[in-house]
Amino acid sequence: MAESAVAAGAGEVVHVHPEELGFWRTYVFSTDHKMIGKQYLFLGLFMAVVGGLLAYAIRWQLAFPDTEVPGWGFVGPEDYNALVTMHGTTMVFFVAMPILLGAFGNFLIPLMIGARDMAFPRLNRLSFWTLLGGSLVLLSSFFVPGGAASAGWTGYAPLSARPIYTGVNWGLNLWLLAHAIEFASFLMGGVNFLTTVMIMRAPGMTFFRLPILIWQLLTAAVVFLLSVGPLIAGAIMLLMDRIAGTSFFVPEGGGDPLLWQHLFWFFGHPEVYVVLLPAVGLAAEALPVFCRKPLFGYRWIIYSTLTTAILSFIVWAHHMFVSGMDPRLAMPFSFTTILISVPFAIMVFAMIATLWGGSIRFTTPMLFAVGFLSMFIVGGLTGIFNGSAPANIHVHATYFVVGHFHYTLLSGVLFGGLAGIYFWFPKMFGRMLNETLGKIHFWLTLITFNATFFPMHLLGLGGMMRRIANPMQYEFLQPLQPLNVFITVSAIGLLLAQLPFLINLVWSLAAGRPAEANPWEAATLEWSAPSPPPHGNWGEAIPVVYRGPYEYSPPEVAQDWLPQDRALAARPG
Amino acid sequence: MMRWLPENVSSFGGDIDAILSLIYSATLAWFFLTLGAILLFLFLYRRREGRGATYIRGDKLSEAVWILIPAVIVLVLDLWIDFRGADAWAKVKGRVPSSDLRVEVTGKQFNWEIRYPGPDGKLGTADDLQLDNELHVPVNQVVRVTLKSKDVIHSFFLPNLRLKQDILPGREVEAWFQATKPGRYEMPCSELCGFGHSGMKGWLHVHPADEYQQWVRERWPSSRQGEGSKGS
Amino acid sequence: MEASVATRTAPQILPGKVGVWWFLASEIMVFGGLISSYIVARLASSGWSAEAAHLSVPIASLNTLVLLTSSMTMVLAFGAVGRGDRRGVRTFLLCTILLGLTFLGIKAYEYSSELRAGFMPVTSPFWNFYYTMTGLHALHVLAGVITNLSLFVAARRGLRNAHRVELAGLYWHFVDVVWIFLFPLLYLT
Ligand SMILES: [Cu+2]
Ligand SMILES: [Cu+2]
Repeated sequence: MAESAVAAGAGEVVHVHPEELGFWRTYVFSTDHKMIGKQYLFLGLFMAVVGGLLAYAIRWQLAFPDTEVPGWGFVGPEDYNALVTMHGTTMVFFVAMPILLGAFGNFLIPLMIGARDMAFPRLNRLSFWTLLGGSLVLLSSFFVPGGAASAGWTGYAPLSARPIYTGVNWGLNLWLLAHAIEFASFLMGGVNFLTTVMIMRAPGMTFFRLPILIWQLLTAAVVFLLSVGPLIAGAIMLLMDRIAGTSFFVPEGGGDPLLWQHLFWFFGHPEVYVVLLPAVGLAAEALPVFCRKPLFGYRWIIYSTLTTAILSFIVWAHHMFVSGMDPRLAMPFSFTTILISVPFAIMVFAMIATLWGGSIRFTTPMLFAVGFLSMFIVGGLTGIFNGSAPANIHVHATYFVVGHFHYTLLSGVLFGGLAGIYFWFPKMFGRMLNETLGKIHFWLTLITFNATFFPMHLLGLGGMMRRIANPMQYEFLQPLQPLNVFITVSAIGLLLAQLPFLINLVWSLAAGRPAEANPWEAATLEWSAPSPPPHGNWGEAIPVVYRGPYEYSPPEVAQDWLPQDRALAARPG
Repeated sequence: MMRWLPENVSSFGGDIDAILSLIYSATLAWFFLTLGAILLFLFLYRRREGRGATYIRGDKLSEAVWILIPAVIVLVLDLWIDFRGADAWAKVKGRVPSSDLRVEVTGKQFNWEIRYPGPDGKLGTADDLQLDNELHVPVNQVVRVTLKSKDVIHSFFLPNLRLKQDILPGREVEAWFQATKPGRYEMPCSELCGFGHSGMKGWLHVHPADEYQQWVRERWPSSRQGEGSKGS
Repeated sequence: MEASVATRTAPQILPGKVGVWWFLASEIMVFGGLISSYIVARLASSGWSAEAAHLSVPIASLNTLVLLTSSMTMVLAFGAVGRGDRRGVRTFLLCTILLGLTFLGIKAYEYSSELRAGFMPVTSPFWNFYYTMTGLHALHVLAGVITNLSLFVAARRGLRNAHRVELAGLYWHFVDVVWIFLFPLLYLT
């Protein structure tokens, strides 16, 4: 099979040099997975700036209620609800997914599995343009009469089902439309990911030789495809409730508000893993390279990932312990939820064990990878509080939850995503990022991240509710206000801490040190292509894969890494 | 960390706090173990001249036990938390103890409407009393709360009593509590319910027995039997 | 013509087929979510059967027959692709398209008579679900008709992309199967 594939391939190769293409073919209609991946990256980064500015306004209002936010203006209570809603939606759907799935998935899947492009290059192009359209729809909803959606990113009905309850009409419809477009985009993307990995692998690239990131992206794509359907159904019903006046979720007409929550969280919890698993994969790619050691327990990580994916479909009601659903359902869901800690623990322990006995290089991507691992541990541990039904009674809908999911999701995007950007930047753009700026960025981010989100757990234990615009309205929260001020200062610090990164990005894109093909001496296939890889990724011959992705410091060679595509004269025993 | 919790003044709050501190101890131990291991390994195995990395893949069971055994310990702790939690959950949300002290709390944008059944102990009769955002109860007595909503979802939250229950429009949700210390406790709404959500709150007044009788007499002056039916 | 570099492997399976199956898996979850919501809502309340009785079982049965027949003609179109029979492909695709349009026509007639009888989408939970589920299904039928139409036009110039008939067929059968679920759930209960 391998030989025939190579033979079949050699004849088909057509070289196209990007410089021959004009602007339109290079940027707008390019079907090159690398260009599309980079476009996802920049779209995600742009939306992150938007989401970050929303966070700034939110935090200012919380620390100094009802004072004018510098550079923003006065935030009224309706504006505040729109801010939190749009912050959540933007960050989850238009930052985390585009960066972790869109950018890394599109850029890396063909390079890592040894393919020249995705299975459906034009569908890939279409999915990016669709996402861009969705982003524009979302952004435009700020400017329609009535303002942007303000029913929370979870859009609980009936608050979201009738315009009279929020006073927002078109903002919320556009919010739903933006979701629909985003889902369509990632459905196309997910189908593309899965098909590509299933049938486009290089000769010798068996499933158990795939880099762990590919497994994570694959699992994330399956989880997304299979969980988003019910929410699409729910979104159609919600739109019918809003526009046609049906009552799927409105009790006066015989509907059931809890149905929305079930449909939302059936998707909502798996969605957390859609974002988290690729982040785990990004960190897991960087660790072995900079420890010069194989990833510990590669197969166990894969089995754990698959277990997590299956479990993620039977935990959704942990968001609904106090929702008014039958309380007898709580403990079974509490059990499955807490059970998820086991496969995640295996992944975490495997990553820690990878450090053991290594020869660790503290490069910027390594720092971010270890940062992700550490922050993710905190997020996982605080998840136990939320997952235990009785403990959840107190912490539900408080800042404890807000702290928890920022430690999981934001650590995934920020630490996992940045580990990925620092790691693959040389491959993406053919230039190295500046290490000193990178390390400054890391330490500032680590400190301000923890200073921002750790105290939220304390606020939550103290009882501070999510989505309140003014904590000073509550006597029991007034003593906690200094903590809110501290968080706000730290959050502004966290935003400013990203400036060294932006400077580094712009400066290195223009004048960074040119990168060789394999600057980190890594073993996976993408490093066998030039930096940046040309159209088609490899020259005449596609690499042939002989071994797993993490052969670092193997006993049989003198060099401390053995690329996946290097043939050895004598077969190792 | 647990000292950040508001003072507990309910009969079941202690059970919830016990679960919170159990989880806190377990997770704190894991936090120090894992983060400690990470920092230790980063230090011990930093790159040094003349020392390479050890080639271990960790796929074989004999190697993988180093990650599988800790995972089994995690599983055991999980089960412990679940089993302990099941009791606490059953106590708070499982069956509602019977009581003849009943109130009805109706959430609406953006107030709590609180209906007292009056001397006859029945809701929906002429002697009902409705107060906005004021819930008066006697100390050390089980109070049954029927939760309703007139519009969207609200959430009945009593931080000091470790009680939180969402209220679904179109349904009646039952909750209960037994306050153990007289005082005045805040009663916010903890589910986003519209532009006035922030600031939607009431007060729970927990009265000592005699003070509560006094309050009942003031509210229903005509009724001499009032105290009796309230079940002292 | 395609500027991008050709793919290297000669895959045993058509990429399109794998893609369509994954797409259908997510579509199953969309209708699965809608249908389970309907079943749960229906089990939780009463009086829905009386409202379902206002639907016309004969018309829907006829429509079921139309859709089943269209699945058969789609299979025949695919068979013609296998034989390289361009006329057969075009004939059977046209049959499928016309049957799809017939289904939509009958559905539109059914809607209008229900609306005339005063059963609006907002009338009650049953009608909420009825219009939403059948409406979403009808949109899928319409999408299938458009897909088939584009294949029909393309087949005029040859059978170069005729393997897509198989992919369109998978989708068309899926739309058919969804109706097989909707018909008893809405009309016969
Ligand atoms: Cu969840
Ligand atoms: Cu409220």
